[in-house]
Amino acid sequence: MGGYTLTELGSIFVMQGFAGLSLFSVLLLMALGLAIIFGQMGVINMAHGEFMTIGAYTTVMFSVLTAKFAPGFIDYYFPFAMLVSFLIAFGIGYFVEFAMIRHLYKRPLDTLLATWGLSLIMQQIFRSAFGAREVSATLPEWLLGSFQPTESIDIPLNGIFVMGLTVFVTLGVFYFLFKSRWGLRVRATTQNRIMAGAVGINTRLVDRVSFALGCGIAGIAGAAFTTITSTGPTTGTLYIVDTFLVVVFGGAASLFGTIASAFSIAQAQSIMEFFMTGSMAKVLTLLTIIGILMLRPEGLFSIKVRK
Amino acid sequence: MKAIYNNLLGGRQGVIGLALLAALIFLVLPMFLDIFRLNLVGKYLTYAFAAVSLVLIWGYGGILSLGQGVFFGLGGYCMAMFLKLEASSPENTAIQSTPGIPDFMDWNQLTQLPWFWEPFNSFPFTLFAILAVPGLLAYIIGVAMFKRRVGGVYFSIITQAIAAILTILIVGQQGLTGGINGITDLKTLHGWDIRTDSAKYLLYYINGGLLIGVILLSRFILSSKLGRLLLAMRDKEDRVRFSGYDVSNFKIFIFCVAAMISAMGGAMFTLQVGFMSPSFVGIVPSIEMVIFAAVGGRMSLIGAVYGALIVNYGKTYFSETFPELWLFLMGGLFIAVVMFFPNGLAGLYEKHGKRIMEKIKSLRRKPTPPAEKTLAAGNDTSAAAREAA
Repeated sequence: MGGYTLTELGSIFVMQGFAGLSLFSVLLLMALGLAIIFGQMGVINMAHGEFMTIGAYTTVMFSVLTAKFAPGFIDYYFPFAMLVSFLIAFGIGYFVEFAMIRHLYKRPLDTLLATWGLSLIMQQIFRSAFGAREVSATLPEWLLGSFQPTESIDIPLNGIFVMGLTVFVTLGVFYFLFKSRWGLRVRATTQNRIMAGAVGINTRLVDRVSFALGCGIAGIAGAAFTTITSTGPTTGTLYIVDTFLVVVFGGAASLFGTIASAFSIAQAQSIMEFFMTGSMAKVLTLLTIIGILMLRPEGLFSIKVRK
Repeated sequence: MKAIYNNLLGGRQGVIGLALLAALIFLVLPMFLDIFRLNLVGKYLTYAFAAVSLVLIWGYGGILSLGQGVFFGLGGYCMAMFLKLEASSPENTAIQSTPGIPDFMDWNQLTQLPWFWEPFNSFPFTLFAILAVPGLLAYIIGVAMFKRRVGGVYFSIITQAIAAILTILIVGQQGLTGGINGITDLKTLHGWDIRTDSAKYLLYYINGGLLIGVILLSRFILSSKLGRLLLAMRDKEDRVRFSGYDVSNFKIFIFCVAAMISAMGGAMFTLQVGFMSPSFVGIVPSIEMVIFAAVGGRMSLIGAVYGALIVNYGKTYFSETFPELWLFLMGGLFIAVVMFFPNGLAGLYEKHGKRIMEKIKSLRRKPTPPAEKTLAAGNDTSAAAREAA
């Protein structure tokens, strides 16, 4: 290992592993919303990346406005920006479900095309409203800088923040789906729509809220995204294929599978990036996923359902 | 004779549709357009190959492949590799540090032609590869997916990922593939300059002829027993399987045929446009090809050609005059076609155009007895599907 000392190698290993964890957090945040929309409801939302971009732009707007009108508030704006990102993405998702998705539940392939059209329109709206250039948020002090446990290890604080947020959101989704009354209704509806309707669950409302919630989580992902990198009109499309693969690879209806697959994909990618170019690492990762999916089409973890 | 007339040409209506299309391609457009615009139409018609292939696999097979751009691109790249090798003969590239290899390889410090470029020195091999490479890839994907009964949405997502992989690969391996710029500066085919006006005319006609041939071939496939099985599989896959058919083999076959048809379009694209780049391979072009088929009518081979022409004409027109508006229109088109006109232009014709024609005819005829009418209504859907093909 050309000229590295043992401690240096250790540090590289830790930092590379941490880079993988950051990627894991971003992928998982993106995939959680999709796990509800695609995994639970079976809707292919190609515009999911754009809902993330909505969150990112909201946060950027928030930071610009705060810096302009209340510079003293700049250290605290972030949680509010996140909340507003969630609400805006939730609201738009609610409307999109009402106007478009609910007419297409029986035609999943057509949903794919319609939401692709939606994503094109949203991209152009972003471009017209915010310009084609990438923008970034002014980060609060406490997100800048890095954490240095030893001389040679350097872990950025924003990465730690995103990881913490991911854990929080994941637990929230778990609680929502598996412990709350709403989650019970969502799971009942996805497992047997007719029976769920027969016992008095308003399945249409459940659909709408689930879809909107998935979009809202994408909005939070977008807000978190601004702490790591800048945002452009087409940012969302860069991640959409990866996100779908995470959900499919994990096993569509399994939330645990989503977490496991986001972790393995992110780690595989960042470890390989150390040995070869980024594009080859990506190609190899994607090929491996497809290879495994061909052997196990139902994904890593699947719930056995009688069909 | 009668069988050929009914199956291959699709009866009276099919003949009229095909004749109209052929007249448009071979007579009307060349008469009214200058060579620049005609060359553009030729480019649109190469997309029509992909749209026709999607009618086969998506409209009839019910399998939404988001990887037709991959096959289109592979066909185009095969052709481009041959032309590039011809354009980089040692005399033409004497100023390079290694003469005789394509310029982008020289820029990337390659000193030898990579092994997979070698066979593309031969034109017969290139023609073979244009069909064989995409066909083989489609076969591998098809066997791996359909034998494991991966279908529907999963198939779409995986083919989309394959499109992403191929784009990343081409862009990343700049020295081997020309990277993001693609393979450019293609000049001659066997010493015949493809950039002259006369060559462009000839290529346009070859392209049109191939397209009509492809439509006839597709119609032949669809009117055979295989075509009926495809429809049956799309609607009730399990029943076909329970009747003793190996469903996956039919799917693999039609997927390979569709791949080869797209690849032909790609090769013609390279010849007419004069370059090939990864921007015709990836996710976006692949999904745009679906919209060509959807606008034309996913069940109509001829409609797919019109769909490709109209959408691409619109794209050129709007991105020249109102670039801001184009994505709105394209997005709106996706949504509108799916939500309001699932059968596209052909569907609109079936619904309204035919009724108007009938009305004109019935003015001269006595009204049909009601008993016959109900019978006709019962057969309507299957008859419509047959005629649309």
